Amino acid sequence: MKGSTLPFDGTPEQETKLRQKLNELKSTPGALMPAMQYAQELYGYLPYEVQCIIAEELDVTLSEVYGVATFYSQFSLYPKGKYKIGICLGTACYVNGSQNVYDKLQQLLGITSGECTDDRLFSLDATRCVGCCGMAPVMTVNDDVYGRIKPEDVEAILAKYRERG
Amino acid sequence: MISLKINNIPVYVEEGTTLLEAARSIGIKVPTLCHLKGISELGACRVCVVEVKGMNSLVAACEYPAREGMEVFTNTPRVLNSRKTTIELILSDHRKDCLSCERNTNCELQRLSHKYDCDSHRFAGAQREFVYDDSTDYLIRDNSKCILCRRCIAVCKRQQGVGVIGANERGFATHVACPFDMELAHTPCVGCGQCINVCPTGALQEKEEITRVQEALANPGKYVVVGYAPSVRAALAETFDMPVGTNCQGRINTALRYLGFDKVFDVNCSADFTIMEEAHELVSRIRNGGTLPMFTSCCPGWINHIQKNFPELLPNLSSCKSPQQMFGALIKHVFGKIEGIDPRDLFVVTVMPCTAKKGEKHRTFTDGFADVDAVITTRELSSLCKENGILLNELPDSEPDRPFGEYSGAGMIFGATGGVMEAALRTAVTILEPDARLAPLEFTEVRGLNGVKSAGYTVDGKQIKVAVVNGLNNVNAICEAVKRGESDYQFIEVMTCPGGCVMGGGQPIRATIVKHKAEIAAARANVLYAADKSMYTRRSHNNASLAKIYADHIGEPCGEQAHKLLHTHYQALPKYIKQ
Amino acid sequence: MDIKTLEKIRNDTFKSVGNRETHSTLEGMSFDRQVLVCGSTGCSSENSQKIRARFAELVKERGLDRIHVGQTGCFGLCAAGPVVVVYPDGTFYSHVKLEDVDEIVESHLVNNVEVQRLLYVDADGKTKPFNEIESYCRQLRHALRNCGVIDPEIIDEYIARDGYFALYKALTQMTRDEVVDVVTASGLRGRGGAGFLTGRKWKFTKDAQGEKKYVCCNADEGDPGAFMDRSVLEGDPHCVIEAMTIAAYAVGADQGYVYVRAEYPIAVQRLGIAIEQARSYGLLGKNIFGTDFNFDLEIRLGAGAFVCGEETALMTSIEGHRGEPRPRPPFPAEKGLFGKPTLLNNVETYANVAQIILHGAESYNTIGTERSKGTKVFALGGKINNTGLVEIPMGTTLKEIIYDIGGGIPNGKKFKAAQTGGPSGGCIPASYQDISIDYESLASIGSMMGSGGLIVLDEDNCMVDIAKFYLQFTVDESCGKCTPCRIGTRRLYEMLCKVTEGKATLEDLDKMEQLCYYIKDNSLCGLGQSAPNPVLSTLKYFREEYIAHVVEHRCPAGVCKALLKYEIDPTKCKGCTLCARNCPAQAISGTVREPHVIDADKCLKCGICASKCRFGAIRKV
Repeated sequence: MKGSTLPFDGTPEQETKLRQKLNELKSTPGALMPAMQYAQELYGYLPYEVQCIIAEELDVTLSEVYGVATFYSQFSLYPKGKYKIGICLGTACYVNGSQNVYDKLQQLLGITSGECTDDRLFSLDATRCVGCCGMAPVMTVNDDVYGRIKPEDVEAILAKYRERG
Repeated sequence: MISLKINNIPVYVEEGTTLLEAARSIGIKVPTLCHLKGISELGACRVCVVEVKGMNSLVAACEYPAREGMEVFTNTPRVLNSRKTTIELILSDHRKDCLSCERNTNCELQRLSHKYDCDSHRFAGAQREFVYDDSTDYLIRDNSKCILCRRCIAVCKRQQGVGVIGANERGFATHVACPFDMELAHTPCVGCGQCINVCPTGALQEKEEITRVQEALANPGKYVVVGYAPSVRAALAETFDMPVGTNCQGRINTALRYLGFDKVFDVNCSADFTIMEEAHELVSRIRNGGTLPMFTSCCPGWINHIQKNFPELLPNLSSCKSPQQMFGALIKHVFGKIEGIDPRDLFVVTVMPCTAKKGEKHRTFTDGFADVDAVITTRELSSLCKENGILLNELPDSEPDRPFGEYSGAGMIFGATGGVMEAALRTAVTILEPDARLAPLEFTEVRGLNGVKSAGYTVDGKQIKVAVVNGLNNVNAICEAVKRGESDYQFIEVMTCPGGCVMGGGQPIRATIVKHKAEIAAARANVLYAADKSMYTRRSHNNASLAKIYADHIGEPCGEQAHKLLHTHYQALPKYIKQ
Repeated sequence: MDIKTLEKIRNDTFKSVGNRETHSTLEGMSFDRQVLVCGSTGCSSENSQKIRARFAELVKERGLDRIHVGQTGCFGLCAAGPVVVVYPDGTFYSHVKLEDVDEIVESHLVNNVEVQRLLYVDADGKTKPFNEIESYCRQLRHALRNCGVIDPEIIDEYIARDGYFALYKALTQMTRDEVVDVVTASGLRGRGGAGFLTGRKWKFTKDAQGEKKYVCCNADEGDPGAFMDRSVLEGDPHCVIEAMTIAAYAVGADQGYVYVRAEYPIAVQRLGIAIEQARSYGLLGKNIFGTDFNFDLEIRLGAGAFVCGEETALMTSIEGHRGEPRPRPPFPAEKGLFGKPTLLNNVETYANVAQIILHGAESYNTIGTERSKGTKVFALGGKINNTGLVEIPMGTTLKEIIYDIGGGIPNGKKFKAAQTGGPSGGCIPASYQDISIDYESLASIGSMMGSGGLIVLDEDNCMVDIAKFYLQFTVDESCGKCTPCRIGTRRLYEMLCKVTEGKATLEDLDKMEQLCYYIKDNSLCGLGQSAPNPVLSTLKYFREEYIAHVVEHRCPAGVCKALLKYEIDPTKCKGCTLCARNCPAQAISGTVREPHVIDADKCLKCGICASKCRFGAIRKV
């Protein structure tokens, strides 16, 4: 099954808000997209549980909701972490061992590309060339760029962000 | 009327006619792939393009309306080359294992490829990769053969009102699948198989059980009994180049014997048992203030639907097993007893027009034994015959074995929409009406292809209102009305497939171009009604074998033993199951 | 709202803001000076919002109550951003940073001395007031007349510039037919791409049977490098609202939708504010100007699908489905949104309407060429000095746009081609630089007006690579419904990749061309039908470049990596080892003070060595 494997952590408050909004929208023609945009704003992404609520309240099939969610590039099935880690798997970084760094990240975080840790602190994305081949291999955390990184550096970097919380 | 020219030939058509239909009206067939009149009208595949004078690009004939004074060309080199390229592009993203494909020689894409002399490797390039979905008991989706005509989506949503598949992602990654690419088994799919019947290629097919049947037949320790549903006899002949509407029941009996089945029975017989139980249940509900309206329970697609979507209506559902499951229970526990065969040595096979029946086979157990062991579709029976060199069209007729081969005309008409209702009324009215001579035999009001039919009858001075629904998208409104307490029907028959079982998802696949769907449905239904008309015994309770079995082994309809053998119960099921 | 109130707002506001455009001061104006900071997306991304806040803060601190600080929409000179203009003198500060604000306030606003180092320097090396800048003078700002002039978040400033007077005129002095006739007579054509005559579209919708009709605005501008519609919505949202209301009156609609890209948060926000203000003034809603005409507007956000710029896809999207186009006919005018007759125009088209209604068809149809009337807004980008937004009369030559307005090509490079129309358009070679910019001329050479992106390419751009870039975009954005676009564009892209990797044959080029014509001929919607244009136009005008890739396995512009090789000239190499130390692939070896060599098998062609070498010893071959 596609979509986030994280346990759904929506709160009852969020659900009440969502259902309220959906009820308001119900009579609006073409309510599905505004509803999904609202839900994504509320939850940060569109997990299975949220899409089920939307389908139920707006009386459309889950298939329709999911079809729309995967058609438009702005809808996401995966949450993003507070710290978004990007690891470049472009050629320059790759030949310099970015795969090893990526493996280490996967191992330490217990997630793979596109996913988010259970505490929502980190999400991981394997990216295409980020354009700093001179610093290969390159890893980014939000706007911070780490160059010439080795697998053994990863733990300390993650710890730094964990400390910040 | 609109006048236009197609290939310089004057054509006159009604306003609203498409170019496709206009061309067809003068004997020119424009090829189609994604088009399914009234159900799927996308104009997406572009196989039907034609040239219209004054237009920059080609237009899709399936959707383009004929307009006054138009000049249309269906066969210019530009058109023919375009079609060829379109098919070649489709082939470039299609897994071409044609020689071993289930649909070899009955594939719309293959036919077009041949017709347009296509080079299937001209546009070789990246192909999409897919997971093969064989999660259900009844259906396999192999998207590597899917050409995205989306006919399955349209049938699932618009004809059946189920909507568990849709187009996911976009661009080259677009594919047909369940939400979240879940396995079909975890969705409210009802198993009707209508999607298979409209698939132009081998992307959708039933999950085969031929192998298991062959193994059982080859196993000397197994006593293999077969029964086939009414609708099978109305359609199997089509796969042996006989006309639509040919009844081949006598030949089927012979063919099944040739295949080596130890006993050849007829599910028409267990349909009579179903009527006995269902009619008595209805009468009892009417007389004793039970839950009404009562819904029929023969159709496994409908059972799946109600369990997942209307659990609050489960008490309205007749507790009778379907004819297939009754057949299995009767074979294993009555026939076995008569013949002195241990149920564990019996292997019960049914031949069904239906894919959902494959899922149903393990729905009920009696005394720890699954009622039915294997279910093959009409199509699979055809393959089995062909593999064994059995030329159905040349076989002599023969009779089914006794006692479970004797049946009434009421059991026969089960395969058509309204048939179960009519069969049940033939018996129920006889029970309710003190003067048996007043009980009518035919209830023609409930016959025919309308999605919802209703009728009212006065029986013993009381009004009985009944409804017959076919095509699952028609049922939701009725269910909602029943839920709200606004339905005044006493008895409602539901069949998942439009036209009933004769049009089931296991029936021979007819290319959409062969005949209009409704014509096929009517011709097949006619086989059953004609057979009924020709019979002496036309009411289930008049079936002599049945009466004897009740007397010797079961006792009263709806009695204790009947409940054990022939009734079941239902449970609410979740719509989707997250993995 | 009645006309007296509207006139009063106009006169009062005009007194306070003056006529900024002509830099005139009026008797009794409430301010001596006005500091206007550009608040469009471009300048905002470089802190212009904070700059404005700082100005306001300082002005207040200093008690400069005769100085007004405001924001505007795009001035058009995005390359000079963040932009600050001080009226009435028109002092034009460019590249203003937050830390510069104190100095401008102290020096200019308090002590009347312009901060010389921040003044914009024109092409001739001089600093001058905003309205005398070369690239600005040569434009004709019609659709953009309020952009950079008014504060888009203040409706009164729009009214001060005759805003909503066209609506008043249409509703109270013109019949629906007259409105349609004026728009038709103006010769205005759709600015979204194909250039259909706007008046005729209005007439079809007006004549369509149906109680319920809709008016929609296409603001789903998705071409890479195009931002005309965004700038109009950010700089002058009311002109779109007013035009849509006029259109609704003309065709008989009472509900409108603006479909905006969600990637345009500022535009969405300003449009939302504008709609609220218009409602509060009774310019939207029931009984507008006391007539029995009702109209209201709703914003719908796109969610990241380029194809939704296609009209049927846009409506499908508003209806809440996957934005897949459907076959036409039926056309939107007959059966559009929710199955009802619908008028759909793009933002820039609407931006011209109010002026046409107010000043008559002649005010518009006297501008432009025989068949392409009025002006066109372009977003200039790529290898050009004055990146930004320009509006020119139809018929202006490409050369004038690039050199006179755009300031020419940077770094003395040679102009090679201009790409118009985005992924739907084509490349115009330098040899056609005297072509007149109008619908017919552009179409005649295989390009199209498109929505108005104009990307300038120089000698360093590989035309095959450019074609590949646009094709990749189309492949990514194809909706996947019809075969030619879903599979055809993908195969075309794969063929282009083969060319750029030097693996294609001459027959492949022919096959590519055939596939292009096939896709054009067979696709369901405009996206697919125009997708091959970048390939076809480059094949037509730059075939020798394709042939160089195919036959000589060479990329003349030195872009296609697979065909590149870096070499060290042993006569120039001093053996400093700098290249070897910087090579990410350890592909360079050699002894200190001896010429080094590059191992072609290991080389990634990233070019870092060449950029590090201080002796010019490393070259691309």
